[in-house]
Amino acid sequence: MRTGSLRGAAVCGLACVVVGLAACAPPAKEATGEAKKSSTATSATAFGGIDALVAAAKKEGTLNVIALPPDWANYGEVISAFSAKYGVKVVSAQPDADSATEVSTAKNLKGQSTAPDVFDLGKAVAVANTDLYAPYKVQNFDAIPAELKDPAGKWVNDYGGYISIGYDAKKVPAPKTFADLLKPEYKGKVALNGNPTKAGAAFAGVVAASLGNGGSADDVAPGVDYFVKLKKAGNLVPVDPTPATIQSGQTAVVIDWDYNNAGQTKALAGKIDWKSVIPQGAVNGEYYVQAINKDAPHPAAARLWEEFLYSDAGQNLWLKGGARPVRSEEMAKAGSIDKAAYAALPKVSGFPVFLTEAHGMKITDYLNENWQKEMG
Amino acid sequence: MTAAVSTSQDVVVRTRGTRRRTAAAALGTVPFFAFVTLFLLVPTAVVVAEAFLTDAGAPTLDNLRALGSGDIVRALVNSVVLSGVTAGLGAVFGALIAYAVSTASPDGPLRRVVSAGCGVLAQFGGVMLAFAWIATLGLSGLVPTFLRDHLGADVDTSWLYGLSGFVLVYLYFQIPLMVIVFLPSIDGLRPQWREAAESLGGSTWQYWRHVAGPLLAPAFASSALLLFANALSAYATAAALNAQSTFLLPLQIGNAIGSEVVLGRQNVAKALALEMVVLVAVVMVAYAWLQRRAERWLG
Repeated sequence: MRTGSLRGAAVCGLACVVVGLAACAPPAKEATGEAKKSSTATSATAFGGIDALVAAAKKEGTLNVIALPPDWANYGEVISAFSAKYGVKVVSAQPDADSATEVSTAKNLKGQSTAPDVFDLGKAVAVANTDLYAPYKVQNFDAIPAELKDPAGKWVNDYGGYISIGYDAKKVPAPKTFADLLKPEYKGKVALNGNPTKAGAAFAGVVAASLGNGGSADDVAPGVDYFVKLKKAGNLVPVDPTPATIQSGQTAVVIDWDYNNAGQTKALAGKIDWKSVIPQGAVNGEYYVQAINKDAPHPAAARLWEEFLYSDAGQNLWLKGGARPVRSEEMAKAGSIDKAAYAALPKVSGFPVFLTEAHGMKITDYLNENWQKEMG
Repeated sequence: MTAAVSTSQDVVVRTRGTRRRTAAAALGTVPFFAFVTLFLLVPTAVVVAEAFLTDAGAPTLDNLRALGSGDIVRALVNSVVLSGVTAGLGAVFGALIAYAVSTASPDGPLRRVVSAGCGVLAQFGGVMLAFAWIATLGLSGLVPTFLRDHLGADVDTSWLYGLSGFVLVYLYFQIPLMVIVFLPSIDGLRPQWREAAESLGGSTWQYWRHVAGPLLAPAFASSALLLFANALSAYATAAALNAQSTFLLPLQIGNAIGSEVVLGRQNVAKALALEMVVLVAVVMVAYAWLQRRAERWLG
């Protein structure tokens, strides 16, 4: 080959790389008749039954999920079980991303084959972005309590939990209430999972602390005061807790969702005796939200994923990860629940409080005004 | 850069036959400029433009107004102090180490160990570095625990999570970076210059004051500027060291972009980024002005 054409080829090659970078991924295939039908289907019936839905999903072959950490609510196993059962490849992007990133990724990648098909969102983000979802009712839709779903099926609560105190049973005495954590035994050991003006889990942690200190769903001030006291006592460690900080003893106590603490117990089994307890009289619960991207590049696979999540098998897999699936009460009555996993959930003592949207906004405003000021 | 300049001069002298070659050479720079456009210019333009838009895309000044809130002003001040102090200390100590290394034999073990070590440490920022410090000096870290258990001394290390702790931690990547970027300049000092100064009766002080100092000053200042920008934009170290506070600008941006709790502040994040761009621009202008003044004094 002559050098001239070699150089030309090199330049062309580089140019292709640049163009490729710009495009990043091929556009999703043009919606043909069938794909269009899939992306507007609001139930399995629209496909002609569940078998036809399975066939359509298999034909698409792939499902894009986002922000699903394998150790979060047992998602690792949920994904592999779904893949094994239906032969649909699951591409899991940015497993550690937050809810806001899920939404912005869906917007940025709109029309591309790598866009997320389904969302698993925190409540505040979910409520603010309902125009991104395709309505779909799974076969078990009627079994889901009415207050935990959108009547049209645009979004459905999926699994939830309560704020718990996780602790290393070998390093610290077992706490029962938030007040216990103010004792000198917990000096320099207590961490909150994130900043409450940013992370949902930390937000709920402050709300729970408020409930345990005379506050209510309407009044989060006692929660902020509690954390100020915790900091002044030198008990609060401001770092972000991870398995590494737990294992090295930097965060021997972590305030987080019970299913996250259950995940730590599993991840650290054999190394650390990680236990968790739901603090007495401070029971704050919340459900996460499941929705289908209305611009999903794999609309049938997305719908089949939802069918799987809300089937008995899918619900029991979440339960195995320590999360409370939305159908748990009904399944417990029907006897289809994984009894061992259900019994292993931390016991709740006190009346559980779930925040309404109005409460959430009021608390957000208060935290926004005061958290940084108080915690410096 | 030099290669490109000489080619363009060649064109002027040579005949038409070589024009095709220059065109091909220019084509070769396309990937570079495409890269810069895609990953530097376009994102900057997007940040600047969207800082003036609402989430819905309507023009607004609210995002800029948000920069005046007490919280963000405090974060700005903290960021400037942290970057300034660590750039200053990092530049001084880094330059001293670089000088010490430059006097060692070029192929000797000291120089090799220090430059390799600095190469690694300069990139050691982020979660690893933060964790190393937390595990050593954190409230339940190795040192405080040892002191408590064996010497009965109760030391409070909560300062590690505040501004003074951040200065200490940041220096761990600032000093090595200074050594790396400043060492070549010191190597550029020829021994003959010193000999010349001495043979003309100059003292060590006079050599540094009138020869080496002025020669190194621009490189020193631009290295310090690089350190400033490096500290200003560091995010991962800060986020891992203190998750509860948003007392630095990058942490404010992280909160504004990724909050699950307070929504619709994405464009405030862009206004914050714009503020940082302006901040670096101001520092660079000041630097250019200083350098011109310096040249005049020296001239």
